[in-house]
Amino acid sequence: MSDTPTLPILQDPSKRDFMKKTTGLSVAAALMALVPPGVREGAWAAGTDGLEKTDVTFGIIPLTDCAPIVIAHEKGFFKKYGLNSSVSKEASWANIRDKVSIGALDGAHMLAGMPIAATLGIGATPKPTITAFSMDLNGNGITVSNELYERMVAADPVAMKQRPTTAVALKKVIDADKAAGKEAMTFAMVFPVSTHNYELRYWLASAGINPDKDIRLIVIPPPQMVANLQSKNIVGYCVGEPWNQRAVELGIGHALVTDYEIWKNNPEKVFGVNLEWAEKYPNTHKATIKALLEAAMWADKPENRKEVVQIISAKSYVNAPPDVVDNSMTGTWRYNRVEAPQPMPDFNVFYRYAANYPWLSHAAWYITQMYRWGQFDRPVDIRKTAATIYRPDIYRTVAREMNVPCPTGDWKTEGMNKNPWTLKAATQPIPMGPDTFFDGMTYDPAKLMAYLKGFKVSNAKVDMAALARLNG
Amino acid sequence: MRVLIVENQPDRLAMLAPALEAAGCVVAATLNSARSLDAQIQVLRPDVVIIATDSPDRDTLENICVANQGCPRPIVMFTGDGSTDSIRAAMQAGVTSYVVDGLDPVRLRPILDVAVSRFEAYQALHDQLEQTRLELSERKLIDQAKALLIKQTGASEPEVYREMRRAAMDRGLKLVDIARQILQKPT
Repeated sequence: MSDTPTLPILQDPSKRDFMKKTTGLSVAAALMALVPPGVREGAWAAGTDGLEKTDVTFGIIPLTDCAPIVIAHEKGFFKKYGLNSSVSKEASWANIRDKVSIGALDGAHMLAGMPIAATLGIGATPKPTITAFSMDLNGNGITVSNELYERMVAADPVAMKQRPTTAVALKKVIDADKAAGKEAMTFAMVFPVSTHNYELRYWLASAGINPDKDIRLIVIPPPQMVANLQSKNIVGYCVGEPWNQRAVELGIGHALVTDYEIWKNNPEKVFGVNLEWAEKYPNTHKATIKALLEAAMWADKPENRKEVVQIISAKSYVNAPPDVVDNSMTGTWRYNRVEAPQPMPDFNVFYRYAANYPWLSHAAWYITQMYRWGQFDRPVDIRKTAATIYRPDIYRTVAREMNVPCPTGDWKTEGMNKNPWTLKAATQPIPMGPDTFFDGMTYDPAKLMAYLKGFKVSNAKVDMAALARLNG
Repeated sequence: MRVLIVENQPDRLAMLAPALEAAGCVVAATLNSARSLDAQIQVLRPDVVIIATDSPDRDTLENICVANQGCPRPIVMFTGDGSTDSIRAAMQAGVTSYVVDGLDPVRLRPILDVAVSRFEAYQALHDQLEQTRLELSERKLIDQAKALLIKQTGASEPEVYREMRRAAMDRGLKLVDIARQILQKPT
C-alpha cells in the first residue's frame, strides 16, 4: 500500500497513529500505555559499570579508515576504559564477517552494509550482527586507467571538464564499444555489500549505465587494485584510500571522482559486533564505543592528522608509504599528475557532523541499494529491519554518559542540504556538513518505495508489490 | 569430483595437488590469485573450491557466490588453526569444511566427500528449519499480541482476534505484522 501519505514512524516509532486508525480507541489507548518510548534505552542505562570482558580483539582491514580502532589502541583510549585490547589485521572482509560471527573477534572494522548483510544472510549463513558506532564518513574514490580517461575525454570533452565528473562520457565510450561489437569493460570494487559497490553503481547508473549489463564488475582486494589496473586486467575501480592516490602517484590512472562528491558526507565504515556478543557483554560494548568515540574525536582534529598518518602507515596496519596515506588524510586530493592536489577537507571525517551516529536512515539506504541491485529479494519492513541492526539507542546511552552532543532522532533525510547546517534535534546543536547527491536526487526514509521506484536503472529481483505492502 | 584450488603458497600447493589427484579428484585448476577467479568458475564449474582462510581472494569468491546461483557452495577452508573450538565455530558459521594444515593426504578425499554431502544435507535441513521456525514464531507473536490486548481491554479472545484480523485486512498486512506492531517487535 503506497497510499499512506505520511509516516508517523519517522520520529516516533511507536505507531500510535496507525493503531488509533485501525483497531479502535480502547485498544489504541491500551497500546499507548504499553509501549512507552525509550524502554530499550532505559534497559541499557540500567546496567552496572562492571566490564563483563576486558581482554578484547578487534579486526581491521588495511585501509586508512581503520584509524579509530588503531588510534584507540595505540593512544590508550581502550586502556582508559578498562579494555586490554589487541588489533588483528585481517586479509578479507569475508574473514572479518566470519570471525565476528563465530566470536573469534570481539568486534571489527566493517563496511556499512556488512552488519545488514550478515543479519539478512546475504552471502553467508545469517548471523544477527549490529553496529552502534559509525567509524567515518566518505573516504573512497573512483579511478580509471589513463587509456580509458583519454577515450572519455575524446568522447565528451565538455562533460569531462565538469566537476564532479559524471559517467556521461563513459556511457558514450561504452555505447561506441557496443556498436563495434567489443567485449564489455571490466571494473572492480572490493566486496559485494561494500559502500564502494553501491557508490560505483550509483555513479554509473546515473548516466544510464547498467552495471550488471553494460560492464563487468568484479571484486578485487583493495591492495591488489593498483597492480590490476597496471596490468590492464581492469579499466577502473572504486576503492578506499590510499589506493586511488597510489595510482595517481604512479602515473597509471586518473582519480575521476571522490565519493564525497557523489554523496556528500556519506556513511562509510562501522564498528560491528555480533548481537549475541553485545547482549552478553553490554558494558564491554559500551566501554569500547566510548574509547572509539574519543579516538574519533582525537583523530578528527587537523593538528593530530600527521600523527594519525604516522601510526596507521605502519607495517602492522595499512602498510603503505606515509606520503601516500598523507594526501587524503590531511584533506587534499590529487585527481591526476598534471593538476596540483586540490583541497578536500572533508574527505576523511571521523567525528564532526555527527559522523559516529548510526542513523537508521543510513541503514535503510543500504537496504534500498541491496534491493535495487538484486542482492536481496526477500521483502522485509526496511525501517524495522534497520532498527534491529543499527543501534542508535546504544550510541545515545554512551554519548549521554560521556556528555557528548548526540542526535535525538534516528532518521534523517539526505540530499536536502547543499550548505553546512545545524542539527537541532540533538542534545546540543550539532554543526553538520552538506548531504547532497551529485545527481540532485533526494532521499526521504519515510518514502522508501518512492525512492526505490525513482531509480531509472535498477535490477531489483524483489516482488515490489510485496515490498510495498511492508513499507507503505 | 572437480576441485578448484586457490592458493598462493607454493609449498602448500605442492602438497595439496598430488594428494587430491591420488585421492581420485580432478584438479580443475590451481589459481594463485583471484585475478580470473570468476571466469574460471564459470568455465570450470568445480564441485568444490579449496581456499585458505587467510586468503584475500575470499572476497572475490564471495562476490561470485552473491552474484551467481551457479556458485559451488561447498567451500573447503585451509587453516593453520586446528583447535576444536575454532573448527566447530567455523562449521556453525556455515563454512562447509575446515581442513587443518599438515593434514594426512589420505584423509583428503573423505573430507571433500563429506563436505559435499553435508552441504547438501545442511541446505535441505536449513530450509526446512527456517520455514518451521518462521511459522512457529509467527504463531507465538500473534498469541502474545492477543493476550496483551485481552489483558488491557478486557475484551474477549474472539473479539480481539477479529479486531486484529480486520486491521490486517484493512492494511493489506499479514496478521503477524499487526501482532508485531502491537508488540513492537522489529522484523
